[in-house]
Amino acid sequence: MQINGEFKPLIVAFCCNWCSYAGADLAGNNRLAYPENVKIIKVPCSCRVNPMFILRAFQRGADGVIICGCHPGDCHYTSGNYYTRRRMSLLFSMLNFLGIEKERTRVEWVSAAEGAKFAATMNEFTEAVAALGENKRLEDLRCKR
Amino acid sequence: MQKINSTMLIEKAAQLLENGTADRVLGWKKGEFDYDITPAVFNSVDQIKKEFVFGDFCGANLSKYLVKETRKGDGKVAVFLKPCDTYSFNQLLTEKRFDREKVYAVGISCEGMADIFKVKQIAGDGIVSVSSDGENVKVETLYDGEKTIKLSDVIAERCINCKSRKCVAYDELMGEEGEIIDSDRFDMVSKIESMSEDERFGFWQNELSKCIRCNACRNVCPACTCEKCVFDNPDSCAQNKAPADSFEEKMFHIIRAFHVAGRCTDCGECSRVCPQNIPLHLLNRKFIKDIDTFYGEYQAGAQVGSRAPLVDYTEGDIEPGEAVMKGESENA
Repeated sequence: MQINGEFKPLIVAFCCNWCSYAGADLAGNNRLAYPENVKIIKVPCSCRVNPMFILRAFQRGADGVIICGCHPGDCHYTSGNYYTRRRMSLLFSMLNFLGIEKERTRVEWVSAAEGAKFAATMNEFTEAVAALGENKRLEDLRCKR
Repeated sequence: MQKINSTMLIEKAAQLLENGTADRVLGWKKGEFDYDITPAVFNSVDQIKKEFVFGDFCGANLSKYLVKETRKGDGKVAVFLKPCDTYSFNQLLTEKRFDREKVYAVGISCEGMADIFKVKQIAGDGIVSVSSDGENVKVETLYDGEKTIKLSDVIAERCINCKSRKCVAYDELMGEEGEIIDSDRFDMVSKIESMSEDERFGFWQNELSKCIRCNACRNVCPACTCEKCVFDNPDSCAQNKAPADSFEEKMFHIIRAFHVAGRCTDCGECSRVCPQNIPLHLLNRKFIKDIDTFYGEYQAGAQVGSRAPLVDYTEGDIEPGEAVMKGESENA
């Protein structure tokens, strides 16, 4: 995303309601800074994230998409994030196969107690995406302003 | 062993109707041209004798037609299944898409089907008639007259890399049962994986931009049997018309392949029907290859009732970050 002629990566973070969203909250409570261009979307569980959501985020101008969920084994619904893990392994491997930069997608497990990890992950991910530049390979020109 | 031919199948189909085993037969009949053979339902012996055909262009997988055909009436449907079709048949049974009791399956051995794109490449356009005797293909074209091509030169890509000649499901078998083949079907996937990121992007951009969104790949796929498809939803962001933006074609093909991941039997129908000749089966094979490397070998449709990898998990599964690296470097 270009803001005043300067490139700022737009990051979409899908966070699960029970761990990662609470983790983000904790980061805020602890006054830990993470980039303002990370847009959090709360989902009931990380396995709610459909591959279509990820592609759609890229279509609408995201430069990077990160999915955060409870640590494997800690899912509020017992097994949701195990399915996420398999799905995203295959999807991201496929995106890489199609030549879409693998640094643009990530899955990270963040628990409700890991506010510091949430902030650090977002800082690091934003930096990595910023280094790649704008998302050109999965963009939709009709969605550009 | 004699190769299965049209006469044998016509005889068998007529016999199944006459002795009451089935009250209709799913088979193939000639379409507009000699080479475009279409699946058809036969209700009478007369019709079978008149229209039933079987030959080297009968690539069509009949298993998907059972989903709708078995819902019509109570009688049994007889169906002819090539080895790769029997895998789709099992997969559909696993997903409970039709009633096994209503089907009489005849497995037929197969030595590979011809690809009309390859014939056209050699013989040129304007094909008036094609016939094959099992070794040579005789082609008559408008401009060049008659030509004879070796059948082995025009065998479809999916048949060259055939994974199995074994019929895994049948009530009755014609010809040999066949064996599972140790094929090189992942070679092309590995080749693309070993390209650089830019080359991969270029390769797929080039291929996928040919897509005209005719939906043939979706309609023919035996794994795509949803009553309502996400792509028929006008809000799905991949509209039902020729892609207006390069994003749409990527979206469509990624999602199409993802929806059948773990359920795709690698029958290669998607690539066979593609009017633009896009190697769509490579996307499916990438998923199959990844599933094999990440979660252990799995062949969809090998057994009825097996659990597809995407609706299963183990505690020690590979993490997505590692998976992407592994999917790339497996053959580096």
